Amino acid sequence: MCGAVKGGPSLEGVDVENQAVIQGIVTRDGQPVGNAYVRLLDRTGEFTAEVPTSATGQFRFFAGPGEWTLRTLAPKAVSVDNAVTAAKGVVAEVAVAV
Amino acid sequence: MSRESALVTADWVEANLDDPKVVLVEVDEDASAYDTGHIPGAIKIDWKKDLQDGVRHDFVSKEKLEALLSSKGIANDDTLVFYGGNNNWFAAYAYWYLAYYGHENLRLLDGGRKKWELDARELSKDVPERPATTYTAKDADTSIRAYRDEVIDAIGTKNLIDVRSPDEFAGRLLAPAHLPQEAAQIGGHIPTAGNVPWSKAANDDGTFKSDDELKALYADAGLDEGKDTIAYCRIGERSSHTWFVLKEILGYDNVKNYDGSWSEYGSLRGVPVALGDEPGAA
Repeated sequence: MCGAVKGGPSLEGVDVENQAVIQGIVTRDGQPVGNAYVRLLDRTGEFTAEVPTSATGQFRFFAGPGEWTLRTLAPKAVSVDNAVTAAKGVVAEVAVAV
Repeated sequence: MSRESALVTADWVEANLDDPKVVLVEVDEDASAYDTGHIPGAIKIDWKKDLQDGVRHDFVSKEKLEALLSSKGIANDDTLVFYGGNNNWFAAYAYWYLAYYGHENLRLLDGGRKKWELDARELSKDVPERPATTYTAKDADTSIRAYRDEVIDAIGTKNLIDVRSPDEFAGRLLAPAHLPQEAAQIGGHIPTAGNVPWSKAANDDGTFKSDDELKALYADAGLDEGKDTIAYCRIGERSSHTWFVLKEILGYDNVKNYDGSWSEYGSLRGVPVALGDEPGAA
């Protein structure tokens, strides 16, 4: 794996118009982190979902419209929070650095 | 049951990796996780292919379970230690399912695959060879499984715990947010159910909270220890996690998992449904 691919996983085959997608990539020193966990917290801070990153450091959620927080856990790193706004028909891209 | 009899730590697993009577079993919704690396010596059970009937909307029969465990080389007196991704949702489901068919020595790895990975412990791609056995399952223990009619009768009389996220409970989402929101059923929850998201029972690293924290969590949500309890979610896997907490860690009596869960209930004609953040009236 050399260098991070920009953005989240490919959206080929996904009906984006009817989804509020939040996706992105987790990197450490510019390199993708393939064994991180990204949690999606709702506007009250409550856990909603969690995915492990792919081998290329990427992740995706199908959220609802609104304000969300991504909390990223990676081996030997403190957790990182990123705020994100999701809207139907829009793909919100988030770059997470740990 | 108790925390000591139902849960093992990652350190315990590492210390028992070479014990042939301890069988590590990784259970995931996406079984490909196992192929990218698993705890050394662990075997794989695919939540969908191995444990779901595939024709009827149900888990596999006793006979199919016996054939599955025999082919995996699991004996009746083996200690099965389940772990998996998604904070052990599907591992807890497999634990519950094996408890339903009477396997005696069941454990869950506290924190599951995530804790193991975050600890940067060893993962292996080697698939172990276990000689086939002749596994004999017991008759189903119906005291831990709820069906829809019992759930409808429980409205306003038993503890109903909806363990989905608040947005699913309220009807704003139909499925967890890492899955496409394309389910056909309506949104909402079973009236009078308290909403205690499964995640409140776990720390960020996937391990379970302390007994005192867990007891307070359900007491605050109105769980009456004098009443029977039914837990449900969308397809019965997250509610297995909560069933495990209530029955196996805290040792409460009469706790059932409604594995039909919202995917069934929210598709039934004519049953009461509540919308919004409040439990709603019977």
